[in-house]
Amino acid sequence: MRIYITIKTALNALRRNVMRTMLTTLGIVIGVAAVISMMEIGNGATIAIQKTMASIGANTLAILPGAANTGGINYGAGTLMTLTPQDADAIARECPALADVAPVVRARTQIVYGNRNWSPTYIYGTTPSFLGVRQWTDLEEGESFDEHDVRNSNRVCLVGQTIVRELFGGRSPLGKEVRIRNIAFKIVGVLKMKGANMMGQDQDDILLAPWTTIKYRVVATSLGSSSQSESATTISSSNNPYEAVSTSLYPVPSTTEQSSTPQPIRFANVDQILTDARSSGSIPSAIQQITMLLRERHHLKASSPNDFNVRDMTEITKAMTSTTDMITKLLLCVAMISLVVGGVGIMNIMLVSVTERTREIGLRMAVGAEPADILRQFLTEAVVICLLGGTMGIILGRTSSNIISTVLHWPTAPSVTAIIASVIVSASVGVIFGFYPAWKASRLNPIEALRYE
Amino acid sequence: MDLIELKDVHKTYYLGEVAVPVLRGISLTVAGGELVALMGASGSGKSTLMNLLGCLDHASSGEYWLDGQEISKLSANEYARLRNRTIGFVFQSFNLLPRTTALENVMMPLTYSRENLSDQQKKQRAADLLRKVGLADRINHQQSQLSGGEQQRVAIARSLVNQPSILLADEPTGNLDSRTSKEILRMFQQLNSDDGITVILVTHDQGVAQWAQRTIRIKDGLLEGSGEPVEAGNVA
Repeated sequence: MRIYITIKTALNALRRNVMRTMLTTLGIVIGVAAVISMMEIGNGATIAIQKTMASIGANTLAILPGAANTGGINYGAGTLMTLTPQDADAIARECPALADVAPVVRARTQIVYGNRNWSPTYIYGTTPSFLGVRQWTDLEEGESFDEHDVRNSNRVCLVGQTIVRELFGGRSPLGKEVRIRNIAFKIVGVLKMKGANMMGQDQDDILLAPWTTIKYRVVATSLGSSSQSESATTISSSNNPYEAVSTSLYPVPSTTEQSSTPQPIRFANVDQILTDARSSGSIPSAIQQITMLLRERHHLKASSPNDFNVRDMTEITKAMTSTTDMITKLLLCVAMISLVVGGVGIMNIMLVSVTERTREIGLRMAVGAEPADILRQFLTEAVVICLLGGTMGIILGRTSSNIISTVLHWPTAPSVTAIIASVIVSASVGVIFGFYPAWKASRLNPIEALRYE
Repeated sequence: MDLIELKDVHKTYYLGEVAVPVLRGISLTVAGGELVALMGASGSGKSTLMNLLGCLDHASSGEYWLDGQEISKLSANEYARLRNRTIGFVFQSFNLLPRTTALENVMMPLTYSRENLSDQQKKQRAADLLRKVGLADRINHQQSQLSGGEQQRVAIARSLVNQPSILLADEPTGNLDSRTSKEILRMFQQLNSDDGITVILVTHDQGVAQWAQRTIRIKDGLLEGSGEPVEAGNVA
């Protein structure tokens, strides 16, 4: 009830001098509007930076099988064959922190078109979501193969710009067929130029095909080999320095035997699973989700170590976090300055207002207002001005950031935090900068105040 | 019983190290329902005495009995409450809030009242008082739309809104022409006789003092002739 009366008195007092109230409010309006549009532009910039970073793979998580270890000899990371396509499906299904999941089967071999040949750095058997993981969904031309192609091991592929240059001399390869170990693949799409990665490797020297096709038609013999499909098949044994590894434990089955006992599909393994987290912030939870899921799926006892590794791009992530942190801090500084300026403006006007209304204060005291009443009244006026200015500032800030984003094509993102923060901050600015004038008013001597000219 | 009783009240101001005695031992009584004029030249201590009587200031020494209660040692907040409840002020320069209607001006002291009235009750009371001072048709006029006399009537209505027992008028006719002055003074007389409100007129004008039943004269911080309540019997 008393608060209601105080607010009403404050509103009446503010209404009595509309011009002054407007001018005072203007300071806060501009302050809050600046904060909001700054925050929104900053947010937009942060998101844009995150997108850029994500496209170079900052959010990418690579799941590799663990190291094979036999008789004291450790074969290094990725030499176990514990990851299956079903693992990839399960991860896609059950890890909410991940956006895309793609199993990868690698091959290293020659591809042939007409009288030209070339050995791409990467021949990846994967699923269409690989493009999502690598932020590569915009194709130069054509379109990606789809899940249907993966299920049917269709002989279709996507090629990178380097292959276009080397095999096709820069002409459009769409619809042409390249041969990979004498299997013809139809080129359905061409990837956009991505350039070298941070290690200097040419990322455009790539051929993407359904993993089933690569696995069963190109690599085809990976089963039983303890090393990765890449090394297991394409290099002739005379060049293989690790001959001991390829020694078969079992007699080699004849072709007839092979066809009459087809390998159950569940033994299919993949070389790695590539995923990308929804945002850099969700990387830790993504790693945790993947680890828990895979341990469960691989029936690992609590005591046994992981038979897989989850790698994140720590370096890039760190750079990204520090960049966005810096932007946020910078904007916070700007925001603080403009709000302090607004607050000082309020203090000035309130001080003038107290002087101007000295007689009114004296009168109010004479008719029984206690110093606390006067303090409360002026403080309420300041806070009302600030909240009023805050509300108008939010509207103005939202509008101006919208205008900026449409006219200048700067990315902006609405920030609820900024809105909440600026309401809280503008109220506190009112209290902090309104307190001194209000206190001064409440300390006036009623006799002198009444006599004040 | 005496409504107001001052016993040997002193008030000394300090200008740096120099003590300036303004009131040098004042004792006086005002009975409930009296209409008293407080007269004195400027610099006589008249205003200081009025501030003390109006609970706007504390005496340096001496006792102040108001309505049977010794109040000279009360805190500033308790003084504020006394001013709100028992004392109504009318000033020479009216002191209405600018850009505020007569009604809102009259309602203003109710904001600080401990009485819990609804908005409707407050409006009712203020409107009744404005009608009583003859401004029924000026209720929603703003301060700037009112003549001096009308403004002073609004001020009187405002001073009455908390139903005080004492009305303290500081040169209430100082800014008014003689005809309006008469009207205002007649109003004080009426309030005194009809409603039994104790009125203290502070003035330097002999003509104004004539309206009072008794005149207290102050000179150099002392009462002149010590104001025997000879006319106290004339209380209406």
